[in-house]
Amino acid sequence: MLNELGVKSIEELLTIIPKELRFNRPLNLPRPFQSEFELKTHVEKLLSKNRTCKEYLNFLGGGCWQHYVPAVVDEIIRRAEFVTAYAGNTYSDLGKWQTFFEFQSMMGELLDMEAVSLPTFDWASAAGFAVRMASRISGRNELLIPRTISPERLSVIENFCQPKSAVGHITVESVEYDHRTGLLSIEDLKDKISQRTAAVYFENPSYLGFIESQGEAISQVAHKNGAECIVGVDPISLGILEPPANYGADIVCGEIQPLGIHMNYGGGTGGFIATRDEPKYISEYPTQLVSIADTVNGEGFGFGYCTHERTLYAVREKGKDFTGTTVGLWTIAAAVYLTLMGANGIKEIGEEIIQRSHYAAKLLSEIKGVKIAFTPHFFKEFIVIFEEKSKTTREVNKSLLKRGVLGGKDISTEFPELGESSLYCVTEVHTKEDLERLASSLEEAIR
Amino acid sequence: MTRESKRKLGLIVNPISGMGGSVGLKGTDGEKILKKAIELGAKPTSPSRAIEALNEVLPIKNHIELITYPRDMGEAEAQACGFEPKVIGTLEEGETSPEDTRDAARAMLRSEVDLILFVGGDGTARDIQEVIGDKLPVLGVPAGVKIHSGVFAINPRSAGLLAVAYLQDKLSTQESEVMDIDEEAFRHNRVSAKLYGYLRVPYENQMIQGTKTGSAASEKGDIQSIAWEIIDDMEDDYLYVIGPGTTTKAIMRQLGLKYALLGVDAIRQKRLVASDVNEKQLLALVEKNKTKIIVTVIGGQGHIFGRGNQQISSRVIEKVGKDNIVIIATENKIATLRGRPLLVDTDSPEVNKLLKGYSRIVTGYGKYIMYRVA
Amino acid sequence: MNRRSELRRYHAHVWDEPIVMQMGQKGERGMMLAEVEDAIKRTVGEAASYIPQNMQRKGQPRLPEMSQPHVLRHYLRLSQETLGMAFNIDIGMGTCTMKYSPQVNEELVRLPGFADLHPYQDEETVQGILEIIYHFARFMSEISGMKEFTFQPGGGAHGIYTNACMIREYHKTNGELDRNEIISTLFSHPADAACPATAGFKIITLYPDPETGLPNIEALKAAVSKHTAGFMVTNPEDTGIFNPSINEFVDIIHEAGGLCSYDQANSNALFGIARAKEAGFDMCHFNIHKAFSSPHGCMGPACGAVGVAEALSEYLPVPIVTYDGSRYHLDYNRPNSIGKVRAFLGNIETVVRAYAWIMSMGSEGLRQVSETAIINTNYLIRKISDVPGVSMAYPKQRIRLDQVRFSLEKLKEDTGVDTDDVARRIVDFGVQEYFTSHHPWVVPEPFLPEPCDTYSKEDIDYWVNIIRRISEEAYKNPEIIRTAPHNQPISKIKVEALNDPSKWALTWRAYLRKHKREN
Repeated sequence: MLNELGVKSIEELLTIIPKELRFNRPLNLPRPFQSEFELKTHVEKLLSKNRTCKEYLNFLGGGCWQHYVPAVVDEIIRRAEFVTAYAGNTYSDLGKWQTFFEFQSMMGELLDMEAVSLPTFDWASAAGFAVRMASRISGRNELLIPRTISPERLSVIENFCQPKSAVGHITVESVEYDHRTGLLSIEDLKDKISQRTAAVYFENPSYLGFIESQGEAISQVAHKNGAECIVGVDPISLGILEPPANYGADIVCGEIQPLGIHMNYGGGTGGFIATRDEPKYISEYPTQLVSIADTVNGEGFGFGYCTHERTLYAVREKGKDFTGTTVGLWTIAAAVYLTLMGANGIKEIGEEIIQRSHYAAKLLSEIKGVKIAFTPHFFKEFIVIFEEKSKTTREVNKSLLKRGVLGGKDISTEFPELGESSLYCVTEVHTKEDLERLASSLEEAIR
Repeated sequence: MTRESKRKLGLIVNPISGMGGSVGLKGTDGEKILKKAIELGAKPTSPSRAIEALNEVLPIKNHIELITYPRDMGEAEAQACGFEPKVIGTLEEGETSPEDTRDAARAMLRSEVDLILFVGGDGTARDIQEVIGDKLPVLGVPAGVKIHSGVFAINPRSAGLLAVAYLQDKLSTQESEVMDIDEEAFRHNRVSAKLYGYLRVPYENQMIQGTKTGSAASEKGDIQSIAWEIIDDMEDDYLYVIGPGTTTKAIMRQLGLKYALLGVDAIRQKRLVASDVNEKQLLALVEKNKTKIIVTVIGGQGHIFGRGNQQISSRVIEKVGKDNIVIIATENKIATLRGRPLLVDTDSPEVNKLLKGYSRIVTGYGKYIMYRVA
Repeated sequence: MNRRSELRRYHAHVWDEPIVMQMGQKGERGMMLAEVEDAIKRTVGEAASYIPQNMQRKGQPRLPEMSQPHVLRHYLRLSQETLGMAFNIDIGMGTCTMKYSPQVNEELVRLPGFADLHPYQDEETVQGILEIIYHFARFMSEISGMKEFTFQPGGGAHGIYTNACMIREYHKTNGELDRNEIISTLFSHPADAACPATAGFKIITLYPDPETGLPNIEALKAAVSKHTAGFMVTNPEDTGIFNPSINEFVDIIHEAGGLCSYDQANSNALFGIARAKEAGFDMCHFNIHKAFSSPHGCMGPACGAVGVAEALSEYLPVPIVTYDGSRYHLDYNRPNSIGKVRAFLGNIETVVRAYAWIMSMGSEGLRQVSETAIINTNYLIRKISDVPGVSMAYPKQRIRLDQVRFSLEKLKEDTGVDTDDVARRIVDFGVQEYFTSHHPWVVPEPFLPEPCDTYSKEDIDYWVNIIRRISEEAYKNPEIIRTAPHNQPISKIKVEALNDPSKWALTWRAYLRKHKREN
């Protein structure tokens, strides 16, 4: 090939890079494994140093949760067609586009909304984008959030809200909560909301596990003051919990990881945004919206991006924020999962999760020195408080670790008002034996 | 086409356009010049250009109604091409005149055509603009020596294809300048262009992939964003001179002020100081105030000074200074330049050189580009 | 006739699958759950008793009710109607670097030792994955010359956004709040403009010189001011042209007090050849799902690995993986960090794959990757040069690095066939459509192939032959291209619906409502 190009060596082609920019030594990297066998052995060995949630009994949650991944889901997302496709149009990649549209459609049913976009990186980013949408729609620059919001999500949202010096800066203010129930203080909300408020954002279930039952009241306060109401949800709860659209939410966002995606050390996340199908909202989405379209010859359906001019691909920086490669494969996984579960499955799994999580809470509450906060209205996560204070949560978790149990996330520094506390997550993967083992391990651990 | 009734295409041909060029004359306006051209052996070129454009429209012949004026103002060309046009209006024997073009335009308006396709030059565009304004979309097939307006397609074939795409609802329209050179001045080698107004012209939005349906909303949105950017940056102790053009006048509209679309206005502290000023008045204002000049790109060739805004003369520019000149334009408009630089053509070579180099152009809210000015 | 030079009789799968919402039967289930144990039921009772009355879902979500084999069948069919890179000569998709993703890496990320890890697990229990992340960061440092890396951003644009946030924080820390402008170039990726805009900056884009396709340095000089916060640029640019004065550009920005961020999405041709550090950049990002072999996954999950020079390390998002000589740690104690740009540590599965890839390549292997990519690109230019109607944008720039922008302007003038038509026709020959260009289309009727390192000479010849065939068709029988595609699951779609609020539909329920259909 060099001959065809009429050059003797690659160096002749590299003349377009000036000498002072050239890297003049070999890269200092490890000697490579020549055989696939050696490579695989090497990485397997490294990964075997980890203790997985199959080997240990895991109760961690907080934005990434352990749910069962059906075999059919894994089979579909292992297909090389889906794994290696990228940006093909509706003709050559019809299957991909149709799956995306089916994801949007099924989420639409779950959320009771007509406009759903393709997911972005995670719930936190989705929330950040949703806040910016609300700011553009209302023309205002203030956001109200509950004190009980996930700190990680808050950090990401704050990064989206720009610093004080920037023109588009969105001020974030937190609203107090009832320390008995966890619920948002409507009093404080009314106090803090104003004509400067672009949106009120809350999560349901909350980061702290409880179900926020005042959705109607919160959205009314927001709307009365001309603000948008944004709610973040865990979609696996929507088989039994009312979708936010039905208690006044204008924009809904949330996490798709529970819908058939492995945890992947936090890499299995995806955040969707949904709204009513009104141009005032559609024109503000930063993420891609797949629309169905009729074909010229009338057979079958095609698909394409709706109002493509919005995104950065069509009008550079005039676009609404940014999108790019996000989580296509996880979107497909979620679509397959929802189809497998169906209308009945999604309801049953919600019920099962509640029964198991409340069983766990009951067992733990019977341990001396253990209190459960914000009961009884929680979904799959609940707060465990160590009242004796003889051991810190950190110490308790270390102790549990020795017993092969990954205890709930230590939230003592995030919410010091709760004392030594921990966020436990129980799902359909926890059997009765598992929960009883948790109870006995915990009892030992806090002694 | 999904409509029950057929789309109507109005065709107006100016048969004497372009005759001047072939014999070295600068246009054929006015009987004297036309006579001279014919004496010199000039042959009409419009008819062949009309046919070239119409050939591209043939494939949708049966889906549209072609309405045109008698004889060589459209009827002959349409028939030669294979159409069966509906002929409206009356035409006297002898050479055609600008009044005939205007009559034809009025007739098209009454017939409620969906698009007027005309064959001619700047003069023809001007005549049509006088009658049509922004009431109907218009597209020009270039066939004259003077092609400065932004209402023409690149060539007759493109014009035909654009017309088809527009009639098939695939395109939207954009306001484009109708310019004409002052003929008397031009023949005495003095260039003096005048902006006569705007026509709505179908265009292919190069900004949008695949669909080629840039919504008129996005162009409006861009112009709006630019206006906001300028207004937000306005300082109280400056006088702002707002040049002609729809992009610049959006600033006036946003502020709720009266303005002269084709003229120069002056504002201060967001209030109108003077409207439609001439050079003398402008100089007087600029002497007494710290000033910023806001101009946009005028005409298909990319002029920021020298076409349509001569009131902002070299003397005014010199007084105000290069640093206080703000150029605004949508990226759409810049794309039509195809990489050619912006042009400055005042009567002072020194002032022209002043602006040479790279200038910042405001293209949206918080958005700028660096572009070459020749 | 030489079989190898003929074009195949390709035809795409046509399953004519209904939308899943139209499928299934009431009562069918794809997945059964475990029975809740009696003891639990007896102890806690009904789930509904724990949900406040007003929060209990009233209606049932109308999800499809399908049996498992039907679900499997439906999605397997849809997968067959998707043209993955593994199936075709995916040279057309320029800037995407559609290279081979080693199959063994898929096996690695599916191991429970990775897939079943929770991001909040005690450090003690995840030493293996932390070791991989740490070593991969060291590899990236060597490859780029940057000191420290984060893998939190979920894609290239996200990486650019992270860099913009750090630029913002840096100037804020130095009290320079006036610095609110970012400069970029027209042929850099649009994200180099959109992401800093989201971060609050005003954006100045340098338009290219029509001869060189690169911005003139005078334009940059005219653009800098006391408001300059930084410069975010892709090099080589999306045209495939490398800016030889890039270090001069960087110097001008530094003199003006700004930072320089290098968008290395087009890094496939630079391994071991040129680095961000030597050009003077302060920060950079790489697309791990492009040059680093992690597969594209139908648009993600991906990773925009961000690297910074020592002076900027303190601003990186938390946590960073550190090593104390015996154990790996997650360092959250970074007071000047910009916080987080997403939850957890990022799409670590891409890091595992890229780690494995580098461990199988080594220094020489990486160098070979880039050399092959450069040779392939320039070979393609040579081969395509005699195809009628095709011209290379900015022809004075004869050598391109990893991808090259062409124009079909002549083809359009001669035949009326434009680049969107050809993009629809090319898939009829069993290759993925090509990428045209980001917007605006300064190069008219563009297309942008990227042969990268995976494709062989025969592959490139085959692809060019397809373009040649389409060119022939355009001159003889343009209608076949204008009405393409012809052997795909569907015919041309009516694009007008996508921009019409009364016609677009993002969900099946919206479609039924707007088009007044029964399900």
